[in-house]
Amino acid sequence: MGITTVIFALLFYIATIILFAGLGYKIYQYATTPAPLKIPTMPAPRTKGGVVVRMLGEVVLFKSLFRSNKWIWLFGYVFHVALLLVTIRHLRYFVEPTWWWIDLAQPFGKYAGFAMLLGLAGLLVRRIAVERIRYISAPSDYLMLVLLLMIGATGLMMSFVTHTDIVQFKAFMLGLMYFDWQPIPTDFVLLAHLSGVILLMVIFPFSKLLHAPGVFFSPTRNQVDNSREQRHIAPWAAELEASRSR
Amino acid sequence: MAGKKEYTVPEFRPYPVIPILQEDAMVGDGPFIAKPNHQEDLGFPGELVENWEEKAIEKMGDMLKKYRSLQVYLDSCVKCGACTDKCHYMIGSKDPKNMPVARQDLLRSVYRRYFTFAGKYFPKLVGARDLTRDVLDEWYNYYHQCSQCRRCSVFCPYGIDTAEISMAAREIMAAVGHGQKYCNEIIGKVFKIGNNLGLPEPALRDTLEGLEEDLEDDTGVAVKIPLDVEGADILLVTPSADFFAEPHIDGLMGYAKVFHEAGVSWTVSSYASEAANFGMFIGSYENMRQVSLRIREAAIDLKVKRIVFGECGHAWRVAYSFLNTLAGPFDFLDQNYPIPQHICEFTLDMIKKGELNLDKSQNDDKTVTFHDSCNVARATGMGGYPGGQFDIPREVIKAVCNNYYDMPPETIKDQTYCCGGGGGLLTDDLMDIRIKGALPRMEALKQVVDDYQVDHLAAICAICKSQFTKVLPYYKFDMHMIVSVHQLVSNAIVLEGQEVDDDE
Ligand code: HEM
Ligand code: SF4
Ligand code: SF4
Repeated sequence: MGITTVIFALLFYIATIILFAGLGYKIYQYATTPAPLKIPTMPAPRTKGGVVVRMLGEVVLFKSLFRSNKWIWLFGYVFHVALLLVTIRHLRYFVEPTWWWIDLAQPFGKYAGFAMLLGLAGLLVRRIAVERIRYISAPSDYLMLVLLLMIGATGLMMSFVTHTDIVQFKAFMLGLMYFDWQPIPTDFVLLAHLSGVILLMVIFPFSKLLHAPGVFFSPTRNQVDNSREQRHIAPWAAELEASRSR
Repeated sequence: MAGKKEYTVPEFRPYPVIPILQEDAMVGDGPFIAKPNHQEDLGFPGELVENWEEKAIEKMGDMLKKYRSLQVYLDSCVKCGACTDKCHYMIGSKDPKNMPVARQDLLRSVYRRYFTFAGKYFPKLVGARDLTRDVLDEWYNYYHQCSQCRRCSVFCPYGIDTAEISMAAREIMAAVGHGQKYCNEIIGKVFKIGNNLGLPEPALRDTLEGLEEDLEDDTGVAVKIPLDVEGADILLVTPSADFFAEPHIDGLMGYAKVFHEAGVSWTVSSYASEAANFGMFIGSYENMRQVSLRIREAAIDLKVKRIVFGECGHAWRVAYSFLNTLAGPFDFLDQNYPIPQHICEFTLDMIKKGELNLDKSQNDDKTVTFHDSCNVARATGMGGYPGGQFDIPREVIKAVCNNYYDMPPETIKDQTYCCGGGGGLLTDDLMDIRIKGALPRMEALKQVVDDYQVDHLAAICAICKSQFTKVLPYYKFDMHMIVSVHQLVSNAIVLEGQEVDDDE
């Protein structure tokens, strides 16, 4: 087994731990930090079920963004849906035998790669060309898009140009999961693709990618409008009441 | 008007293009800084403490643990730019730091530097920066150019609410001794006297008696405005501007007439003679709670059964969304009515029950439009269903007024543009940004003035009314265009026993 295999195996383990531990910590932090006041952006749903519908609208359709800016919505939506399809397609490297819906997603996932690049390119062009977005962009905002573009482009290259040995690659991935290491194919494009993915996993919990868990914890979107009917009080705020005379 | 020349009033845009940025357009020192006594009355240090950098970071850390909104919003922004053209202050001033995300970034950059891995080790990469005196001054200036109107929050894919960030920033600044004079001085007056104006009980009684006389002169009917009446059914909590400012006062007379015709017993309290709660503007839970508790205490002392709030935007936010949290539970009040209730809810209810004898033609000399106050529209409800806050005031207006037109749909309801003076900005030392921030609303008004000959702008917020009175003339409108919704109600009500002369 070559040194490349060892390095990538170890990197995958480390990246996985950082991704899950980091995200787990962030989710725990969001879930346990109290929201002391009712601040839903009105008009807001009056029931929990209504909140679920509102949240689905945001997560599945990016509804607020649609109202806000059609171009950002278009590029952003195409990118995310494509990313989802591509991710589903990638599950085949982790499951043997593959589930039926993973098989079903294969052709879509394959071409979604192009859509993903298109969406990302649109976002990048806007970030560079629109004065207002350029003003608010830090280097990391461009680099994030560049990284995703790089991952997408190398992935597409393997699908359509310089095919890699995916049977061997699958053996490598499954080997990682079952602690029975198998050699990794060593062509450059694959290694570049994987390096990008590992980097993405590592920066996920430390970057703006936290918007993915964050959206579910946004008080303006996940609170029920029932403040007159039900008293809402955070533990630290309740403590202040100890000194209240009546 | 002297001094009018000092400000450049933005031009109406021929069509609503997004302005080209003009860096540092609104750079400056911000509003007057609170004096030591204003600060200390509220439990804040008198002036900027020596180790303020350290204290500010400590305070930020403390708030991150107390407010999920702050923690999630500082992490989640993807800099997509969707909010960048949504703020009226950005549109009016063109200053890029008035773009909501840029305003957040003033704080976020410091958050990243001190609280995140990336900002600690790669500050340049993620736009993190140290907290320096320049940064503090920038905070002070630009966090007082946000009216906490939450328009940006409507359009952000994650609902990131810049108002929450502004409030947190102001709380941090006050906590290190760098508060705002206007808000803090006013909160101090509420603690000492009971209202923002510092109007003590005898003066308030005098004023109300004067109003009663006016009402009787006007109508021939003895309509009362009771003060501190124990055992009344309803406690009316209304912004103190209603007691003396124009056009607010005509709204107060409107409430009095509605209560009179409804035949309910009601009272104003001198102890809680203020609906406004500037504790919200400075982001201080504790100050907001202390102000709110006065209402609870007044309700207990006066043994009332219900609480009704007068026309005031942010006050209605505190009342509707926060009062139960801050000063509840209100188990001693009559549970058959909303706690608290908005005066528009009350009035519409009376109209529907036929308790009010209305002569709509009394408002035929007016063509009216309605300004949705941002706090009412985006931070509260009415009527117990989503959107009631839009319908109910309009239904009230349409019940008393024959000529009504809405402003363009993208400028009303939950997309409403702020008047430009909310969020603790209603002070002369911020006149420049107030004028500029009014631009989108003035443009929308211009449209209905041109298209439908609208000549009156009705509102249910004391701050909006004061702000419009001041800024309408800068945009070449008559300052008397602005009216209280209950002023329109007042015009139309024919009291029992009142003589009406038709050919007025
Ligand atoms: C719950 C799942 C998610 C939701 C609801 C969501 C939603 C959004 C929305 C609404 C935007 C703003 C529009 C845009 O610029 O595209 C955005 C931006 C972005 N998202 Fe997501 N996202 C999710 C998951 C992810 C994941 C897993 C990634 C991982 C790579 C990701 C990467 C990005 C990036 C890089 C941007 C910024 C695009 C730019 O720079 O303009 N998102 N997301
Ligand atoms: S809350 Fe209102 S004033 Fe503040 S940044 Fe958002 S849109 Fe502008
Ligand atoms: S809309 Fe929301 S996520 Fe996008 S830049 Fe503005 S605050 Fe950030």
